[in-house]
Amino acid sequence: MSDKTMSAEEAVSRLESGMTVGIGGWGSRRKPMALVRALLRSPVTDLTVVSYGGPDVGMLAAAGRVRRVVAAFATLDSIPLEPHYQAARERGAFELTEVDEAMFLWGLRAAAHRLPFLPVRAGLGSDVMRVSPGLRTVTSPYEDGETFVAMPALRLDAALVHVNRADRRGNGQYLGPDPYFDDLFCEAADAAYVSCERIVDTAELTKEGPPQSLLIRRHTVTGVVEAPQGAHFTSCAPDYGRDEAFQKVYATTPWPQFAARFLAGDERAYRAAAGEAT
Amino acid sequence: MSAVTRAEYCVVACAEAWRGAGEILASPMGVIPSVGARLARCTFSPELLLTDGEALLVGVDGVVEGWLPYRSHLELVMGGRRHVMMGASQIDRFGNQNISCIGDWEKPVRQLLGVRGAPVNSLNNPTSYWVPRHSRRVFVERVDMVCGVGYDRADGARHHRIPRVVSDLGVFDFATADRSMRLASLHPGVSVEEVRGATAFELAVPERVPFTREPTAEELRLIREVIDPDGVRAREVAG
Repeated sequence: MSDKTMSAEEAVSRLESGMTVGIGGWGSRRKPMALVRALLRSPVTDLTVVSYGGPDVGMLAAAGRVRRVVAAFATLDSIPLEPHYQAARERGAFELTEVDEAMFLWGLRAAAHRLPFLPVRAGLGSDVMRVSPGLRTVTSPYEDGETFVAMPALRLDAALVHVNRADRRGNGQYLGPDPYFDDLFCEAADAAYVSCERIVDTAELTKEGPPQSLLIRRHTVTGVVEAPQGAHFTSCAPDYGRDEAFQKVYATTPWPQFAARFLAGDERAYRAAAGEAT
Repeated sequence: MSAVTRAEYCVVACAEAWRGAGEILASPMGVIPSVGARLARCTFSPELLLTDGEALLVGVDGVVEGWLPYRSHLELVMGGRRHVMMGASQIDRFGNQNISCIGDWEKPVRQLLGVRGAPVNSLNNPTSYWVPRHSRRVFVERVDMVCGVGYDRADGARHHRIPRVVSDLGVFDFATADRSMRLASLHPGVSVEEVRGATAFELAVPERVPFTREPTAEELRLIREVIDPDGVRAREVAG
């Protein structure tokens, strides 16, 4: 049976500059931050990042690794605006494809279903159509004749997600209240890298949660990374909540200082520095 | 019992948005709409569904009655069995709403949250707005980025409806011939002149403007003792 375990560095080494990368989680919740940190330590750049945005897009944008962001928002949840994303956007550091949350979901679904687009009743009348002039509409072929936005597939070269548990084969389990859209990110991607708090034997998975908590199916997964505290400082319920104190440090520290203090070393150094900071 | 505060009139005005709504999800954003939705559920709209702000459907007492993760929430929006009350960084006379950015979208002076779900909300389920500080910077002639769709741009969209806008000064609707914003009620203590002065577009004002209704004694008790005993509402709207 295939063993897909690898280090965060190995997962990131499979990414290339110019790729389109989808990042799971939502806002400042269950973001694959250990993978994002590994990405920041790598030379990979010029990315198109597709995300229900949190500190993942904030960090990558601040570090100048992003050519384009595809998002409906960027937030730290308890801090409403993502300050590093905000600053990078205001200085024109990246291009933005701004879509509605439902359009985003339909784009992932279309990619997962190998469809070029899916119709969605969202976007019409709004300036989403103005700022993305490439968006097309489609008319219902049935009697209603309604016009919809034809949301193009958000096909991803790679997906990065973080879950509570996984086995070595890539079956991923979430134990918190919300799956977010992590399974869809994996299905929409050519390669998916799943980090987890703990790798367990397959038989252990259903001891911690019911079969319905087995969110990610192994046929959609390329690599499995064991990364304890891998969502830090975002939340990874029920293993841990958001590190509000550290998030505040993140939000109030100018990016070059934050990067020098917390991201210059490896993951062990990050944890040590983060522990000292709060 | 002490005098009714401005925040409490706002709570009642928000609660009224869900009167007669039936068995739908109330999605309040902000403290006062949240207190309002729970007040409606406790009193005149007991069928309402409420969330814990995360993935659970809960009663006012916190009892879990269902699961509504983000993906299901989005499905529910598109099914229409929901009335959301969103915030607005800018709103114009036809109810176009902006929470994305200030200035040119291409290079904004101020990046805000992003369009979030405003486009899908405004085309699929009733969408009301809550503005805690009514000013000419919020009630603008033209919004910089249309996120929530207003009446002039909805073009007969079959499920588009903006029942009301509630601010700290009054309640507004679109019950005019051209579906432009109208002053529907003033919170007690506020004058028409004050509202006009804080609004950058020409507001429709009927000859006689009623005051926002008084809360009942029972409603005040629920707000003050059951729903918001710590008085968080006063941090959103003072007075």
